[in-house]
Order: sequence, then structure tokens, then C-alpha cells
Amino acid sequence: MAAPTLEVRNLRTHFFTRAGIVKAVDDVSFTVERGKVLGLVGESGSGKSVTGFSIIGLVDPPGRVTGGQILFQGRDLAKISEEEMRDLRGNRIAMIFQDPMMTLNPVLRIDTQMIETVQAHKKVSREEARQRARDTLGMVGIPSPDERLMAYPHQFSGGMRQRVAIAIALLHEPDLIVADEPTTALDVTIQGQILAEVQKLAQTTGTSLIWITHDLSVVAGLADDVAVMYAGRIVEKGPVSEVLDAPLHPYTAGLIGSVPSRNKRGEPLRQIPGMTPSLLNLPPGCAFRSRCPRAAEACMAEPGISEILPGRETRCFFPMNTPAEQAA
Amino acid sequence: MSATTTAPARAIDAGSPMMELRGVSRRFEKKLDFAGRIAKRLGAPVREEVVHAVDNVDLTIRKGEVVGLVGESGCGKSTLGRMVAGIMPPSDGTILRNGVDIRSLSHAAAKEMKLRTQMIFQDPYASLNPRMRVADIVGEAPLVHGITTRTGYEAYVDEQMRRAGLDPAFKRRYPHQFSGGQRQRIGIARALAVKPDFIVCDEAVAALDVSIQAQILNLFMRLRTELDLTYLFISHDLGVVEHLSDRVVIMYLGRVVEEAPTETVFSQPNHPYTQSLLASVPRIENRKRAFAVVKGEIPSPLNPPPGCHFHPRCPHAMERCKVEKPVLKEVAPGQRSACHLNDAA
Ligand SMILES: Nc1ncnc2c1ncn2[C@@H]1O[C@H](COP(=O)(O)OP(=O)(O)O)[C@@H](O)[C@H]1O
Ligand SMILES: Nc1ncnc2c1ncn2[C@@H]1O[C@H](COP(=O)(O)OP(=O)(O)O)[C@@H](O)[C@H]1O
Ligand code: SF4
Ligand code: SF4
Ligand SMILES: [Mg+2]
Ligand SMILES: [Mg+2]
Repeated sequence: MAAPTLEVRNLRTHFFTRAGIVKAVDDVSFTVERGKVLGLVGESGSGKSVTGFSIIGLVDPPGRVTGGQILFQGRDLAKISEEEMRDLRGNRIAMIFQDPMMTLNPVLRIDTQMIETVQAHKKVSREEARQRARDTLGMVGIPSPDERLMAYPHQFSGGMRQRVAIAIALLHEPDLIVADEPTTALDVTIQGQILAEVQKLAQTTGTSLIWITHDLSVVAGLADDVAVMYAGRIVEKGPVSEVLDAPLHPYTAGLIGSVPSRNKRGEPLRQIPGMTPSLLNLPPGCAFRSRCPRAAEACMAEPGISEILPGRETRCFFPMNTPAEQAA
Repeated sequence: MSATTTAPARAIDAGSPMMELRGVSRRFEKKLDFAGRIAKRLGAPVREEVVHAVDNVDLTIRKGEVVGLVGESGCGKSTLGRMVAGIMPPSDGTILRNGVDIRSLSHAAAKEMKLRTQMIFQDPYASLNPRMRVADIVGEAPLVHGITTRTGYEAYVDEQMRRAGLDPAFKRRYPHQFSGGQRQRIGIARALAVKPDFIVCDEAVAALDVSIQAQILNLFMRLRTELDLTYLFISHDLGVVEHLSDRVVIMYLGRVVEEAPTETVFSQPNHPYTQSLLASVPRIENRKRAFAVVKGEIPSPLNPPPGCHFHPRCPHAMERCKVEKPVLKEVAPGQRSACHLNDAA
């Protein structure tokens, strides 16, 4: 079998701040196979974006990847030159941000930006590049692409800008797209349109996707696998349906339980008490301990991540919904 | 409290109208920018544009109800909420509070009425004075309005903080020393400290993580029963609105398009826009499923489509929809919808 599109092994990305070391990403491992969608979920500050930036090699000081491997089609990205990385980025690996203006240049017309992006990695004529731009705009559901090519970003709505940013990410048919909450700021009908297009793309092009979001409902509809992050670590991962139907980690269960539609209308929502800890000076032991209904003496030690069921991993001493527990 | 004579009595039958909007509209004039003014002086056909942020809305909210107000950005939810809260006057129409036109109230009575309707915002940080300690943020207004006294002040503040789930031990701290969820609790404590009976929540949990959102929603529900509150709950999140509301109002480009009891809206939506909205919401129960798609973008409120505002995106649009504005009509008990389809057959 061919190497997976992406294999992240024991990734550590830390920020060396004046106040101390922030372990934003700590011992994170996951695999994304060709044509598959991995949903990376967690609450704010859990390390999702830093994970994404680490993969595309854009962690800025005081942050640094301090350990682990990022294998892209078998090649370790930590070991390649900055020049090789630049060539991969925007070509074989693309990133989409929550704010499309991270991708778009406000003072350039859309056609200029798209043609330049095409020609940056491919020796083609301007006309061929323009044709490619037109095609990708069509792919993300932009009507009258010729007209849109002549416009500037500020002439578009937020949803349209995000589509253009997605089209730019698709220009070179990348093998991997890292999408960091690209629909979070959009209205629900516009989000629905974009999710539908992305779904189609993943099914037809073989592109692998990492879809970062805080919204479990989006992951439910879009992803094949899900990895749940808490305080810089993955606490659970596995196939979406299995994880959402029978979570192993108490935090995953808490997240699912607090989704309003999972509760009886008008009844108090199941809630996770307390709040996420600061990543600066995390106390030893399980980071979820102070909020966990299952916490016990043993949780003063740090749980490692392990495969509890086939294809299902969790970082917990007392996982839920295991066959043993369900039998009891 | 002084001068309560002309204000309606506080004890009111359960279920009596607490807030009634009759033909309420709010327009904003979009002033021309510099280039526009020059162009106009040179004879170009530019004019100041008018946004009909809220267009002829009728709405009744009864005592004890939670009314959810949903719709996509720019549809006029916040503007409607501000008018209900009495912090923005309507351009047209009448707002009755407990049956009394708020414009007819004396100055003092109007002031008291304003206290009795409080608003809670999405970004608690922006609405909290960063240089004030929590104790003063919560306690200042009640002191000024004579709801508490200098001697009772500390105890009063403690009680308000505790009720909102805050530890009074932190009352000497400043807003930036709290997390987002705690800041929202400060906003809630401040609003409740002046003893309102009506609360407008404008995207009050939108900026919070799900686990914190659940905590704050639970607080809202607990306070509702404890303090006998009535809510207008504005949110773009249908899941939140479904959970909390007794009745749901759906807006599109300034107009109410549908209004019904919560169960009805979610099980038998009448208006094509409501149907589209519901179909677009990702649900945790829907696995690896094709996302439903509503075509088209949300039109600019500066230049909304004629007739039914939704017609360019509506899968059922007819000729009539392009020219004639549909009016809200009862289509089932308690359910009103503004769609020409209801006239056919
Ligand atoms: N430039 C930085 N300096 C210090 N800490 C940072 C920096 N960028 C991110 N972090 C920290 O890394 C952690 C993870 O951040 P992030 O990946 O952005 O979270 P998420 O995307 O899940 O909301 C946070 O606790 C944040 O404070
Ligand atoms: N103070 C204002 N001045 C000018 N236009 C405004 C003002 N407030 C709101 N609007 C406009 O009115 C419309 C409705 O806005 P708003 O009530 O904030 O909608 P929502 O809360 O549903 O997103 C929008 O087009 C907005 O740009
Ligand atoms: S290791 Fe212990 S504290 Fe951590 S999640 Fe599992 S049961 Fe809870
Ligand atoms: S009035 Fe016409 S366009 Fe408007 S929602 Fe009804 S069918 Fe659609
Ligand atoms: Mg992030
Ligand atoms: Mg608003």
C-alpha cells in the first residue's frame, strides 16, 4: 500500500514565552490516508491551529517544533530545506484559514492573484493559468467566474471571499489541505454551500483534508475520522461514527453531551464543570482531571494514548463504553 | 424607588403581553463617503442609501415566555433587540410595554422601564468597562437607582455575583482577569442587579466554547424560573434556540417571515426560508451526509429584492413573488408565515 498522505508522529510544538513554556502541541500523532477527511476538534486554545501551522511549517517564534516527525507521503517535513518546504506549500500542501484575507491580497485583482499562484509552481502560459483559475472558481460553486476574476476581494461578501481562498488552495490539486475553521465566521446557509462543495471535492479528487473546527456537528457530516484535542494533546481518535456514538474519553463524552440537540428541550444541558486549564504550568497527571467525573487517584499520573479497541485510541485510565464496561 | 406612579403595576397576569411591537420599523441612512459626495456634486446619480434594517414588524412577547429570534447576519436581529430594550427608538411603529406605549411615559417612568428591560451582549468584554472592578460594574447602577443602599452595597453585590455563578472573593478584580465565560457571568450579574423582568440576549453565548456555552445556557434557564424572567433570545444558532425557546421568530432581510411554537418550527416549518435554514444546519446525528444547499448569497440589505425578499433563492418562487410582498398569515394555530404558497390551492 502507498504511504498515507500524512503521518504525524509524536509532534511537539512549544512556545518559549517569558512567562514559561507553553506546550501548545504535545505528543500529537495521527494519520490521514489519501482522499480521507480528518476532523480535528477541540475548544479554543487546545492546540488545533498550532498543529495545522506545524504541518505547513509556519510556526513563528517564540514557537518551535521541538520534537516528532511530520511525514508527508513518507518524507519528513522537519528534515527538508526551507526552499523545498516553500515549494510544497501552496502546491502539494495548502492551508485555508478562518479569515480568507490571510490568503487574499486586498490590493490585487483576483485574476492576478490566481494566475501568479499558478505560475509560481507551474510553467504555463498566462492564458492557461487563467483557464485554470476559471475552472477552480467553478469547482467551488462561484457563478460567472469570468466576472469574479476581474474583481478585488473587497467587492465580495465574506462567503464569496472564502470560496475564492478555497479555490486558490485548489489551484494545484494539492494532496493535502489543512483547513482551519474556514466556515466558522459564515452564515449557516453559506457554510452549508461550502461544506457541500468540499465534500464533493474530497470524494472526487483524492485530496486529503484536515478540517479543524470546534463544531462536532460539522465533523459528523464531513469527516471520516476524528481526533479530539484537549490542552495540547489528542485525547481520543477514531472513526467519526464510532467516536460520536460511543466515546471512550470522558471529555469527548462531555463535549457531545453539551450539544443542545443531544438534550431534551428545556432541560438543563449536561455540562462539563470548570474550564480549560492554562497550558502554562499544566499540573502533572491527566489534564482533564479537575473536570472529570471519573477521575480517581490513578489520574494523578499521566495517561498515555493507547488503542483500546480496533482503530480507537484514547488517553485515559478509565475509558468509557468499553466492551467490559458495557457488559457490566 | 420614586415616581413609579405612571408606570404599569409590576404584578401582571401570567401570559399577558409584556412587549408588543406594532408595525415597528427602523431605517438607517448610509451616508455617502467622500468620493460619493464629490460624485454627487458633479451630477452623478448617487444618493444616500437607506437600509431597512427592520421592516414593519409585529411581535408580541408574553410574560414568562422565551422567544427565540433567528436569522442570518444583517437580517435585523440586533436592531430589533435594541428597540425592544429601549436603547434605540424605532423610525416607525409603536412599542407597548405591559400595554402602555413607551413614548407616552413620563421621564421618570420611562427611566424605570428602561431598567426593567436589560440587554446581554455577545462580547461581554466590549460591554464591560475595563477600568472598573467587578463589584462596581455590578453594583453601580443599583446604587444609583436606589435598589441597594451604601450600607447594603457589599452584601448586595455578593448576592448578585453568587447568583450568576461568580465567587464574590473575586469582586475586586478587573474584567480582563476573567475568562470569557466568567465575563459573560459578570454581564449577567450586572444586568440582573437592577431587577429587570425582561431580558434581551443578543448572541449571548455565540463567542463561547461549547462546554462553557452549556454552563451559561443552564444559568439562563435557572434564572428564568428563579426570577420569573421573560426573554427575547437572539441567536444565529438554531440548536441553541430550539433548546431554550417556547416560540421562534425567523427574520430575513428585516422582515419576520415565520413565527411559531418551537416544536412546530422544527417539525413543520412553513416558510421556504425556514425550511432552507433548517436543512443547512449541520447536526451531530447526520453522519457523512451530503450537506443540503440553499442557492445564492444573502442579498445586500441596501438593495433587497422586490416582492418576497427570498425569491431569488427560493426553490418555489413564482412570478407573483417577484412583485408582491407576502404578508404574515396564520397557517396553523399559533403559526404565522409570510409566503404566497399559502394562498394557492
Ligand atoms: N505566539 C504564541 N505565543 C504563545 N503562546 C501561543 C502562541 N500561539 C499560540 N499559543 C498558545 O498555544 C495554545 C494553542 O493555541 P491554538 O493552536 O491557537 O489553539 P486552537 O486553535 O485550538 O484554539 C494556546 O494556549 C495559545 O495560548
Ligand atoms: N447603527 C447603524 N448604522 C447603519 N446601519 C446599521 C446600523 N446598525 C445596523 N445597521 C444595518 O442594519 C442591518 C441589520 O443589522 P443588525 O440588526 O445588526 O443585524 P443582525 O443582528 O441580524 O446581524 C444591517 O444591514 C446593518 O448593516
Ligand atoms: S485519566 Fe482519569 S481524569 Fe483523565 S479523563 Fe481518564 S478518568 Fe478522567
Ligand atoms: S413568497 Fe414566493 S419566493 Fe417567497 S418564500 Fe414564498 S414561494 Fe418563495
Ligand atoms: Mg484556532
Ligand atoms: Mg447582531
